[in-house]
Amino acid sequence: MNDSMAARPAPLVTVTMTVNGRSVTRSVEPRTHLIDFLRNELDLTGSHLGCEHGVCGACTVRVDGDIVRGCLVLAVQLEGARVETIEGISASGEITDLQEAFVRRNALQCGYCTPGMLMCAAEFLRTRPSADREAIRDFISGNYCRCTGYHAIVDAIAETVEARRSAKGRGGHR
Amino acid sequence: MKFAPFDYVCTRSLAEVYDLIEARGPDARILAGGQSLLTTLALRLSEPSVLLDIGGLQELRFIEERNGAIHVGALTRHCELETSPLIAARLPLIAQAMPHVAHAAIRNRGTIGGSLSLADPAAELPACMLALDAAIVLASRDGERRVRAEAFFKGLYHTDARPGELLVRVEITPLEKEWRFHFAEFSRRRGDYAMVGLAAAARGPGRLPEELRLAFLGCGDRPVRAREAERVASGSASAPRAERYSALRRALEKDLEPQSDPNASSETRMHLAAVLADRAIEALSG
Repeated sequence: MNDSMAARPAPLVTVTMTVNGRSVTRSVEPRTHLIDFLRNELDLTGSHLGCEHGVCGACTVRVDGDIVRGCLVLAVQLEGARVETIEGISASGEITDLQEAFVRRNALQCGYCTPGMLMCAAEFLRTRPSADREAIRDFISGNYCRCTGYHAIVDAIAETVEARRSAKGRGGHR
Repeated sequence: MKFAPFDYVCTRSLAEVYDLIEARGPDARILAGGQSLLTTLALRLSEPSVLLDIGGLQELRFIEERNGAIHVGALTRHCELETSPLIAARLPLIAQAMPHVAHAAIRNRGTIGGSLSLADPAAELPACMLALDAAIVLASRDGERRVRAEAFFKGLYHTDARPGELLVRVEITPLEKEWRFHFAEFSRRRGDYAMVGLAAAARGPGRLPEELRLAFLGCGDRPVRAREAERVASGSASAPRAERYSALRRALEKDLEPQSDPNASSETRMHLAAVLADRAIEALSG
């Protein structure tokens, strides 16, 4: 890129959003995407950048309750939005069972894809829980893992679906 | 990689959008869901000077029936099309196609207006618009005009929209009850861009479709109606599968001009197109 372009100052834009239940206000360059915003402005480094153009899924986070690619959303687009990251849904306990299943099944090795994979799996569990391995593979096809070969990840998600289903059947709180 | 710097305006009305397009010139780009635009910025394929965010214009976000037609606002998200009972009931072809559009995380942000305006020849929605003979509504300060889908898609990332015009909605008159629909595609993984895809519709109370529409994606510089194959198919619906494949393949050689790329050669795409057409006829034959 030529230097004059890179150096051109862009007027900062002030944005206020809720991140993991906390209201935050920052003035940022318009080109700041959500993941740089989370990592650099808020020190929430659980959300990862892989490809940084919407292919790998490592940056998966929630906006207003639905998963999105954090690298394909600008922070300035999120005025008034509600953002949830892996830090937030870990602390709330929402996916403790899923995280334990990931550990039990060796569903991670280097761990780089794991936060995005967990966000994606949590959406699957919430919106269309099914232990059907094909359905799980279809749903996580946009989240790349270069270590596990996916089999163990599918195991962990399927196991969590089953566990939640039988807990429900026994009159558990889920 | 990081986006090059740009200015950002969160627009509050269509009138403001028209003013800004005029004031900022061709370097201004409309930001809707951003799922394609931000990717091209990340790859530094384009460096607009300003993004005009229309994401807050709620008047462009609706799915409703008006005078027998289904109107879909430009800011309607893919996930909303995917789960809309009205779409499932009246435009089942679109409901069938939506799960093939990228991944849930992208469908949660991407919009129909963005997808159609981009006019990627490998995308699902443009082919559906063609199969359903949708009217694309373009608005500018001077008013609105309607363009039929077939005239709207003019080439690779190229549409009939003129400078200063914004795609605001599509209008689709559902086909009559006796039409049936079929959507299928071949991709390497679920959610990848398809190598070849097909949006098909067939009419006819009997076993054989009397009328057929075949709209292909990934087989040229725009979505394409395969009219020769449509003609041939009506005559060969009852032929043995191998014979029918050959007839369709010959017809599709006239209809389609698939390109080679690292995903599939032109010849592979032609073969897959014939397989999809053959399967569609099988599926649509009562």
